[in-house]
Amino acid sequence: MKRRDFLGSLGAVGTAGMLSTPALLSSAGRAFAQGNDIPVGLLFSLTGAVAVVESTLHDAALMAIEEINASGGIHGRQLRPIIEDPASDPATYADRARRLMIRDKCVSVFGSYTSASRQAVLPVTEQRNNLYWYPTLYEGRECSRNVMYGGAVPNQQQDDLIPWAIENFGPRFYMIGNNYVYPKEENNYCKTLLKQYGGEVVNEEYVPLGHSDFSSVINRIRSEKPDVIFATVVGDSDVAFARQYHAAELDPSKMPVVSLTRSEVEVKAIGGEAAAGHFSSAPYFMGHATAENEKFVEAYKSRYGADQVTHFVSEAAYFQVYQFKAALEKLDPANITPETIRDAAVGLTLNAPQGEVLIDENLHTHLWPKIGQWQTNGQAEVLIESKERVAPKPYAAYPGQSCTGQGLVKA
Amino acid sequence: MDVIANQLFAGLSMASILLMIALGLAIIYGAMGVINLAHGEFVMLGAYATWALQTYAGIGILPALPLVFISVAAVGWIVEKVVVQNLYHRPLDTILATWGIGIILQQAVRLGVGAESRFVKGPALLSGNTEIGPLIMSNYRLFVIVFSMAVLAATWVLMTRTEFGMKLRAVIQNRAISECYGIEAKRVYSITFAYGAGLAGIAGALITPLFSTIPTMGTGLVVDAFLVVIVGGLGSLIGSAAASVLIGEATAIFSIVINDTLGRIAVLAGIILLIRFRPRGLFPTETRR
Repeated sequence: MKRRDFLGSLGAVGTAGMLSTPALLSSAGRAFAQGNDIPVGLLFSLTGAVAVVESTLHDAALMAIEEINASGGIHGRQLRPIIEDPASDPATYADRARRLMIRDKCVSVFGSYTSASRQAVLPVTEQRNNLYWYPTLYEGRECSRNVMYGGAVPNQQQDDLIPWAIENFGPRFYMIGNNYVYPKEENNYCKTLLKQYGGEVVNEEYVPLGHSDFSSVINRIRSEKPDVIFATVVGDSDVAFARQYHAAELDPSKMPVVSLTRSEVEVKAIGGEAAAGHFSSAPYFMGHATAENEKFVEAYKSRYGADQVTHFVSEAAYFQVYQFKAALEKLDPANITPETIRDAAVGLTLNAPQGEVLIDENLHTHLWPKIGQWQTNGQAEVLIESKERVAPKPYAAYPGQSCTGQGLVKA
Repeated sequence: MDVIANQLFAGLSMASILLMIALGLAIIYGAMGVINLAHGEFVMLGAYATWALQTYAGIGILPALPLVFISVAAVGWIVEKVVVQNLYHRPLDTILATWGIGIILQQAVRLGVGAESRFVKGPALLSGNTEIGPLIMSNYRLFVIVFSMAVLAATWVLMTRTEFGMKLRAVIQNRAISECYGIEAKRVYSITFAYGAGLAGIAGALITPLFSTIPTMGTGLVVDAFLVVIVGGLGSLIGSAAASVLIGEATAIFSIVINDTLGRIAVLAGIILLIRFRPRGLFPTETRR
């Protein structure tokens, strides 16, 4: 580098530094949403490994925000989405959440797909006493007063599923999952249900995240001959598993894969032919027939392309924005803080695409569990619909502990 | 007993995939001393090329193989001409440069094609299983095993029975002296790099029906390929073949004896031990650099 170039670039750095200093200082106040619009953060990865799913959550949430703005906003004020890309890195999630909550004074942040990223943001949102809206199904065993959980917890996915699977296919379960907290907690809860309904676990197995060769697993399944494959394999691992399972010509009518994690996104990559006949348990499927869902799917497709799919996490990312709106509408526009939003949101009901959902005082969501069977066209046919809305019990596998409006209570 | 037989086949199938991926890497490293960290992305490009040919031109995987080979080899050739050729005497810089190229290719595919996993249909001809007593073998996996052996044989013939192979071996042994005899080392290098990239592309095409096709798929694969190359001995074809069988079978056996997660750790520990006692791998080639 020539000396002149060096001085030049030094000068540029210096100027940029001076320009940014006053901006930093002026954001020291703690007042929320004082302007003409309401700042909300969107913290979904648009790049990196998780972007495959998370970009669809971003799209769904952004669509809800723009729909709300197009219909006049909230109390006449527009929502101002502030978009950050944490690039699939948990430490970056925490950093960007801090930026959204402190510098941009967001009254709420919508974000995250993985538990790892939610747990990275958790100390930030608790410290700032802000609200983090988390749309994904997850393993439970968490009870923060600063996170709004929009997805299913184990009891909402499994209470109907396990007795149904035992009755229809048999009691011998083969558990296969990726090696991290979500599959282990789900299997943990599954085992308590199996004990209750007279099922048994023939094998419990975990493969590393991103694992792509399932020939050993399939050999073991073939020799164990279980009745049900209980799968909590995620992402591309699940795609590889499903394709190899199909290639090995294992018959879904005798040994179905019952998955808690397989959605329309994965099935699109697996291919309808290989996915057909297997099952998933979720509160939402794209083919679910309600007026709200038709509207949601149509809006999503016309916006992002006819080949796009909606799924059980993007649905929650979408309806959570509307829950946020409903909570704000109950509030005095001069008194909008994360805390008042949270208190207003408790007990709210909303007609979501899956059915009418309710926010529990423990900040998890009452949902409508469904069991769907995948078809060759890549859509699920909903076979079983829960007769009633199921309450979230994030500590269902841990007797004596429950998540309440006062936080975690241990008996 | 049935389990062991089936598991040995699973190991062989894993070995064939490893070999397909590692072969290109071994040739590039062995011939040029270039550690090509973009190799995984060449595999990924091969997978996406197959997807594009199937989706937009309706060409199945098997007829697409030569096209994929040529197109990824062309990408490799361009990368070699534009970047790698300028860095032959700076091995550390090549690592950095190829790593950067890998990131660029990955993001380019993400931006151009999209981040979501793509679906590639396997060949209908090769669906189903062949059963011999208790042994159940997927036809497609059998095909990959046979194909990888054929590629190994073809590469061996190319290296030992052709004029190009002779020139390449001469350049590997001593670049300066071979140039004195009129061998154009630069050209030999370009072709070698393109050939290695093309092999990676074919590997990508062959694994799409089994794995999921996403922009980051190469990152994990290239690690396994490096293990094969290191265990086999740098630049040795026989070494790569032996190492992939060894690693594939060891993974399969450990996976049935313990489980996949601990099995993976056991394999890595085994490789570390092996390197401790045979630092140049199982079949080191005698070269002068």
